[in-house]
Amino acid sequence: MAEQTALADIRSEEGGKPDAAVVRDALGVGVAVGLSGFAFGVTSAGSGLTLLQTCALSLLVFTGASQFALVGALAAGGNPLTAAAGAFFLGVRNAFYGLRLSQLLALPRAVRPFAAQWVIDETTAVALAQPTRRSVRIGFTVTGLSLYVLWNLTTLLGALGAEAIGDTDAWGLDAAGPAVFLALLAPMLKTTTERAVAGVAVLLGLGLLPVLPAGVPVLVAALAAPAALYVAGRRSVKTANDAPREDR
Amino acid sequence: MNIWIAIGVTAVGCYAVKLIGLLVPAGVLERPFVQRLAALVPVALLAALTAQQTFADGRVLVLDAKAAGLAAAAVALILRAPFLLVVAAAVVVTAGVRAMTG
Repeated sequence: MAEQTALADIRSEEGGKPDAAVVRDALGVGVAVGLSGFAFGVTSAGSGLTLLQTCALSLLVFTGASQFALVGALAAGGNPLTAAAGAFFLGVRNAFYGLRLSQLLALPRAVRPFAAQWVIDETTAVALAQPTRRSVRIGFTVTGLSLYVLWNLTTLLGALGAEAIGDTDAWGLDAAGPAVFLALLAPMLKTTTERAVAGVAVLLGLGLLPVLPAGVPVLVAALAAPAALYVAGRRSVKTANDAPREDR
Repeated sequence: MNIWIAIGVTAVGCYAVKLIGLLVPAGVLERPFVQRLAALVPVALLAALTAQQTFADGRVLVLDAKAAGLAAAAVALILRAPFLLVVAAAVVVTAGVRAMTG
């Protein structure tokens, strides 16, 4: 096999998962998350975006948290550029996923611009869980394809549904956005630093809401991240200085 | 028109960062500080957004049925419920509380 040499850095095909198992895992994630495009469609339409604008977001942005953030900020009367800035900063994490994936997928350069749109939380999670390059590629492609198709389809249905049922708040659908954010956030809260960042961000986001223009408090809340790193850095320098010199 | 500008900027920006990740040599984004920051900024943004979308109505802080819905979502997450069930719990509880309180 021509791939054999390229596989030197990861485990051999022998210990790999059967293709069917990879496809099943990938479809599980793709379908479950793809269906939640419905919540986005409803939220977006409920926020006052047109059907075309809602579908354009799912087709072109295709990174759920950024999409929810954008329509949330626009609904709150945010300036379009501050709203876009918040959505963009949320999307920056995808650059780091791409960095990991580019090593694992080892795609030809010409294919990368097409694969790029699928570089998101879910495809990365499925791909990183695979033992061989072949299963990484299958996992990424199947998750990406199923999620992209379903996410866009259910966005359309959600937006049409929102127009049909009228008052989406009465159906509790305005709670879908924050629930999606919480579900994305929860697995990230592993260490004290992460919890502290989340806590400070909540205080900044809510505390500054009445005094700053719409959209800006979220951007200020993002500063909790470098602030926490600065504090953590100071602490580790202090610990290092306090430690006996022989240890360094 | 403003909304289209926001959509355009977001679409271009979000696609660009995805592509950059796939194209840049691994060393550039591998500085530990940059990696830590990239992991923490989404935590801050998601936490602030969750709080705002639950407790804010425009620029006014409110406590309404959405708080109960978010609590239901949190319970579902603690019970390791699948993604869709977490969202559904929030929606159903919010609708239920609104129906009961009018």
